[in-house]
Amino acid sequence: MLARLNLALLGLLAPVLAFAGDAISATEKQPLNLHAIGMFVLFVSMTLGITYWAAGRTKSAADFYTAGGGITGFQNGLAIAGDYMSAATLLGLTALVYTKGVDGYIYMIAFFAGWPIILFLMAERLRNLGKFTFADITSYRLNQSKVRTMAAVSSLTVVCFYLVAQMVGAGQLIKLLFGLDYNIALFVVGALMMVYVTFGGMVATTWVQIIKACMLLAGGTLVAVLAMSQFGFSFEKMMGQAVSLHSLGEKLLFPGTLLPDPITALSLGLGLMFGTAGLPHILMRFFTVTNAKEARKSVLYASGFVAYFFNVILLMGFAAIIIVGQNPEFFEGGQIGGKVIGGGNMIAMHLAKAVGGNLLLGFLSAVAFATILAVVSGLALAGAAAISHDIYARVIRKGKATETEELRVSRFASVGLGLVAIVLGIAFEKMNVAFMVALAFGIAASANFPVLILSMYWKGLTTRGAVAGGYAGLVAAVLLVVFSKSVWVTVLGNAQALFPYDQPALFSMPLAFLVTFIVSKLDNSAEAQAERAGFEDQYVRAQTGFGAAEASAH
Amino acid sequence: MSSTSSQSAVYARIRKNPRFTELVSRRQGFATLLSVIVLTIFYGFFMVVAFNPNLIGQRLSEGSYVTVGIAAELFMFIFFWGLTAVYVKRANGEFDEITSEIVRDAAKEVK
Repeated sequence: MLARLNLALLGLLAPVLAFAGDAISATEKQPLNLHAIGMFVLFVSMTLGITYWAAGRTKSAADFYTAGGGITGFQNGLAIAGDYMSAATLLGLTALVYTKGVDGYIYMIAFFAGWPIILFLMAERLRNLGKFTFADITSYRLNQSKVRTMAAVSSLTVVCFYLVAQMVGAGQLIKLLFGLDYNIALFVVGALMMVYVTFGGMVATTWVQIIKACMLLAGGTLVAVLAMSQFGFSFEKMMGQAVSLHSLGEKLLFPGTLLPDPITALSLGLGLMFGTAGLPHILMRFFTVTNAKEARKSVLYASGFVAYFFNVILLMGFAAIIIVGQNPEFFEGGQIGGKVIGGGNMIAMHLAKAVGGNLLLGFLSAVAFATILAVVSGLALAGAAAISHDIYARVIRKGKATETEELRVSRFASVGLGLVAIVLGIAFEKMNVAFMVALAFGIAASANFPVLILSMYWKGLTTRGAVAGGYAGLVAAVLLVVFSKSVWVTVLGNAQALFPYDQPALFSMPLAFLVTFIVSKLDNSAEAQAERAGFEDQYVRAQTGFGAAEASAH
Repeated sequence: MSSTSSQSAVYARIRKNPRFTELVSRRQGFATLLSVIVLTIFYGFFMVVAFNPNLIGQRLSEGSYVTVGIAAELFMFIFFWGLTAVYVKRANGEFDEITSEIVRDAAKEVK
């Protein structure tokens, strides 16, 4: 029971659109929502206009992968916030506060606390060493082919699981909000994503994310302010009513079943914190800014927006207990306390309708759709970069591919990833995809993060160590998730899970570090000596930014 | 991604500069200190949630709905973000000034 709950929470709350089983089965097609469609059409025409403009400016590989490195810290901060806060953040977290109270707030701090750590330990080194992908950093002084292949394999695994989880969630959500057929919804999302990424590259993707972040912040704030006005903007008054009306009563203020034991708490904390620091599409955003100064500022702005929005969501969730929870209009058959119309994820939408009518509901629905597009575009671009920049240009062509050839491959890769996302999204329609989120975060924390951080901090890292540790983390994370309840029991139908937790990070991440360390220590080959010697130059560049990739002129 | 030989020469110069060593140890020390503060408070809070959940729901004052948990979390959101602001200010100001001086000196000497 606890494990299932945690799984459901992880699915709801990871910054992707993975809706847990209960929400999926509850999805019913809604009548066409004209306000929502009108506002969505406005958003799409605006972003397509930007893509057209961006296409004219996307000439070089640097333009395509990193917008020429000319994004400012403030813009990038908004874009990172847009990349990180998905529709699941808005819908899932509001619903979590609505049903579980303060538990939802505890979850939000876990999602936030990774950002200061990324700033203190990684941001400036990422910018100073990287160019297009994080494999540029891990392979800096190591064997290009082997390390890049490993990084690309784990990046693509993360991207694919993430994309599928997003697509399935997107289809369900759009069916619910807009009354569009599931398959049509997937084609719309996939097609728009391909257009943004293929033609507009990182420039278009960045602006889609910036616009979406502004819409999300504005929409959430408006709903929260209108809701709070019903309580005279008094937190105490709202909480008093919420506690007296909610079925949990006083328990609303206490931690419930979210973190039942220290191991679950620690594993989840580690997985969310360091998973974020290993997500390829998030890491890629650090290469779009001019220099280390702007990279640091990006985190400052991004974490400010994220922290602000999480607190807005807390208010929305508590206000909804009274405004939505006591209104028969939002329950099936008008039965207060019964089944919420459209399922648990609709709380934020119902709240918008209750405080702002159909117009605000339409706006928030359009925000949710825009949010999905922004997140899948960022993912597709990161996946395309792993294929074209790491595998094609560096591994297959050994760095001899021309920029035109590399760009052509990256565009084909974007289209390919879009098609894969649509096909897998359709194939997994009826499946509970929540485990894919645990998997994506687990792999990011276990395969990408350990090698990345050691390559920046530890002189002794060698190719053999990095490759062995990276693959060990990847395999361990995949196996532990397969053996966990979410796959072993829920998907494969076995009676008992072999691994009792849902988030593998507490076990697979230390394993990756250990294997990397031991294999590197035992490696005394000539290559290993050269790789250790190569750390000196890399270290100075990481610290000073001298020789770092510069912004291309525009 | 190999460095050119003149680049390598600059790197070697920078590496020998005692101010570089000082810069790195000061900035790294500062970043480590801030990380330890964040990790300690964050995991400390999680351990309270796991081992003493009753404390989380305790009200700060009679009749108020602001509990220890809500207050502690709001504090973390604000304090952690404040720490990022402190780091960015110092790294982008003081530390980056020293960095650009060191790089300028090394590049000049090599030429």
